[in-house]
Amino acid sequence: MPKSTTALSRRALLALGGTALMLASAQAQAQAQQTVKIGLILPMTGPFAGAIGRQIEAAAKLYMAQNGASVAGKTIELIIKDDTGTPDVTRRIAQELLVNDKVSFLAGFGLTPLAFAVAPLATQSKTPQIVMAAGTSSITEQSPFIVRTSFTLPQVTIGIADWASKNGIKKAMTLVADYGPGLDAEKSFKERLTAAGGEITGEIRIPLRNPDFSPFLQRVTDAKPDALFVFVPSGLGVQFMKQFVERGLDKSGIRLIATGDVTDDESLDSMGDVTLGLVTTHHYSAAHPSPENKAFVEAFRKAANVRPNFMAVGGWDGMHLIYQALKKTNGDTDGTKLVEAMKGMSWVSPRGPISIDPKTRDIIQNVYVRKVEKVNGELYNVEFSTFEAVPDPVKAAK
Amino acid sequence: MLTILFDGIAYGMLLFVLAAGLAVTLGLMNFVNLAHGAFAMAGGYATVILMNRFGLPFLLCLPLAFLFSAALGFIFERLLYRHMYERSHLDQVLFSIGLVFMSIAATDYLMGSQQQNIHLPAYLQGRIFIGGVGIGIYRLFIVVLCSLMALGLQWMLAKTRFGSQLRAAVDDRRAARGLGIPVVKVFAITFAFGSGLAGLGGALGAEIVGLDPTFPLKFMLYFLIVVTVGGTSSLTGPLLAALMLGVADVMGKYLVPQLGAFIIYAIMLAVLMLRPQGLFARGR
Amino acid sequence: MLSKPPSTRPLGAQAPSPAAFLQARAAWRWPEILFWISAFGLILLFPNRHLLLNEIAILGLFALSLDLILGYAGIVSLGHAAFFGVGAYAAGLLAKHGVSEPVTGLLLSGAAAGLVGFLASFMILRGTDLTRLMVTLGVALIFHELANRLDWITGGADGLLGISVGPILGRFDFDFAGTTAYTYSLTATFLLFLLARRIVHSPFGLSLKALKDNHLRAATIGIAPNRRIVAIYTLAAVYAGMAGALLTQTTQFVSLEMLDFARSADALLVLVIGGSGYLYGGLIGAIAFKLMKDTLSAMTPAYWIFWMGFILVILVLIGRDRLMATLARPFAPLLKLLGARRP
Repeated sequence: MPKSTTALSRRALLALGGTALMLASAQAQAQAQQTVKIGLILPMTGPFAGAIGRQIEAAAKLYMAQNGASVAGKTIELIIKDDTGTPDVTRRIAQELLVNDKVSFLAGFGLTPLAFAVAPLATQSKTPQIVMAAGTSSITEQSPFIVRTSFTLPQVTIGIADWASKNGIKKAMTLVADYGPGLDAEKSFKERLTAAGGEITGEIRIPLRNPDFSPFLQRVTDAKPDALFVFVPSGLGVQFMKQFVERGLDKSGIRLIATGDVTDDESLDSMGDVTLGLVTTHHYSAAHPSPENKAFVEAFRKAANVRPNFMAVGGWDGMHLIYQALKKTNGDTDGTKLVEAMKGMSWVSPRGPISIDPKTRDIIQNVYVRKVEKVNGELYNVEFSTFEAVPDPVKAAK
Repeated sequence: MLTILFDGIAYGMLLFVLAAGLAVTLGLMNFVNLAHGAFAMAGGYATVILMNRFGLPFLLCLPLAFLFSAALGFIFERLLYRHMYERSHLDQVLFSIGLVFMSIAATDYLMGSQQQNIHLPAYLQGRIFIGGVGIGIYRLFIVVLCSLMALGLQWMLAKTRFGSQLRAAVDDRRAARGLGIPVVKVFAITFAFGSGLAGLGGALGAEIVGLDPTFPLKFMLYFLIVVTVGGTSSLTGPLLAALMLGVADVMGKYLVPQLGAFIIYAIMLAVLMLRPQGLFARGR
Repeated sequence: MLSKPPSTRPLGAQAPSPAAFLQARAAWRWPEILFWISAFGLILLFPNRHLLLNEIAILGLFALSLDLILGYAGIVSLGHAAFFGVGAYAAGLLAKHGVSEPVTGLLLSGAAAGLVGFLASFMILRGTDLTRLMVTLGVALIFHELANRLDWITGGADGLLGISVGPILGRFDFDFAGTTAYTYSLTATFLLFLLARRIVHSPFGLSLKALKDNHLRAATIGIAPNRRIVAIYTLAAVYAGMAGALLTQTTQFVSLEMLDFARSADALLVLVIGGSGYLYGGLIGAIAFKLMKDTLSAMTPAYWIFWMGFILVILVLIGRDRLMATLARPFAPLLKLLGARRP
């Protein structure tokens, strides 16, 4: 690092800083021959820590424990940072990871704005940005270096809309959390259901910070639709379910349908029997019947002491994607080459077969229709029907 | 429509129980205790542990939650809070925020960061119809319990010897001490009692507003709003304020969902503009 | 990094002879000069920490703006993020819709926040500390909700996308390591600090202090309280708005968190750590706060908040004065010269 004692004009200083940086990065490249660093940025404190941050952290660590810390002759180093769920912090951390730690991958991103904030950095520095959690459809369009291993809300929503119209639901209401993913879910459900001849009789958006659902549920009671479609982020699902039952809506003939966020595996079992029979669509259930998943769930429970949820599987597959891409490039950490390697990659994840769409860099995966049932005394989302290889419908329509 | 009104009242009652302890410490002892929510959370978690791990019945857990939080409050008062009474409000804010941070991380570490659930006994679930109005049994339970408590509190403050000792100690510490009132003890008991109330509120509220480690921060604003809108010179103020806010919030969200969260803030601002001392304060 | 410890809390003013007092206070002392030289010196040293330093400079400016109303006018605010957010969104929208030159954007954003501050100042003229606390908080909450609702303008909960910030004055581009960002933020903070320093050492500043110390007495000697409060509150809003604009411009993203309650609370914490009423408190507090947060969260990403709380509690319990006096004894003369007064 340069230490200048002479007085210099500011421009000269900046130029000097730039040169120093280039020198530093050249040095780093030399170092990078041995180690590949992954910057994993997650909300580890705050309201999203439990359902998102801890799950992904545990899954990523588990992947490394099982698959070894080296690939293609390189040692993998995982750097975990807490961004508290605040976008400007996420961005600063990402930038520091790039400048100081010379990470070759940025990963994590628990919420949509957090992924948005970092996207320009990924483009500028040509670093792959692996989105392991956030679910707004448009995220992958923000940078050609974004690859997603989680899901998009439209992707899992159209399944339940199809299921609903097939099961005689004509008039439905929607109730979604008022932010990006919620609006995505609302829009795709509406489009899909009306295309099949159904009708949306009411759209309710609830503020994210909302302790009491009762006024909104009363509106539903008044409107008496055939079904109520719900999206609330995992964590709020418990509250919602309890109040739904408390108001007697479960016995009122209004069918409750939702995306799997409501019956998040992390908290499903503690929600109690009120959820029994609830039909949802999602891309992952801890009860997915495959040997891969069985091994995954077992190891995860041993390591983290909780059931893995869909965030965990996003983290797991994100790590898998990074490992496989490095294998394919033979350890080359050039961002463009890595993203090229990731495009079209396919593998069998604990959630089932998945692949990366070479055009959109978004995930293509099976979406399952599930029903909450008791298995060995615990509540699980039991899959009973499958939509195979669903791409993100919003981008597919473009 | 009446159902929604009732929901609003129940929500308001819950807010009152949660905030009553704060009204006591802030209004009577003039101490800004932002960590009030932490005691509520402690009560909630105590209930969860007692019910889920030891299988105690819900109704028995409620007084235990009260006692647990009260004991916790007592210990903290003796160890920490009593050094803070004479400090500036800013110091108190900083101190209690520090406690909030610690409680969040500690709870997270001990209990995990996921939402906790309480399984209500069957007789508190479901709803009954009174004159065609559907009322959730649990909400009815909350309304009745909280009303009784509000009455009891008011009686205790106004009519008992302890109440007058407390009021005297608050008005003029030195004079009260001179009269032989055990000021230190009175404050400690009051603080413990306020914390206990919070704990009870946390136990009751876990079912409706949820319980996770960020509870103290999430609801701090609501407590403060109730207490400031109600005024800090009595308990009737916060009670009426809590009811008003509860009803306005629920009704508002029902009638004009687009305005959602604005209503409660707008009311607070309007009230504070017109009556800076709080809506129901007697001029001091 | 910076060897300066957080400072002590000042006492209420004890008035020596007026003319000498004014002059003595306004004179520059060498530690102040040293402070700024080392701050600018960091542009050369520690090139790999410029992003954090940038955040520190911005938080420092934000806390400085709170100090103007808290330390000099005695107004407690838990909603200062309202102005920070207005400035941040103004800068973001300007950059998105064509005004990409940062300095222009900074000034306009400051003006926007100032306008809001001017209007809001009429709400805090009455009432006790607690009322003001809640009114400022209420204003901030309403702005937060507005930004959430007006999603066709602000991007709602997803944040405002598509901000492209041009080079400063058309010449200096923002670089990846944050060197330009830090230089820019620090320069802005420094210039605004100079202005604030002039203002608080002017008769106007003194009259504010008089108001803060004794409202009634100040009014009887002919100091009109309301006009002064409106003026300082508006100025503080301009400062906060500029801090927000700096954050937007150096991170090229705006989200609802700019208006978050936590941001208001952070500013207050920073100021209490650093001490209010001598202008450096915000800056020194910001350094201490950010470094503490950064170190702790690097050590334990999930539970750093516990230790943060622990430090706060200890700080208050032992008493910042006493704790710092022990730690800072070697630097005491330095701090004194910076303007911090002690019992």
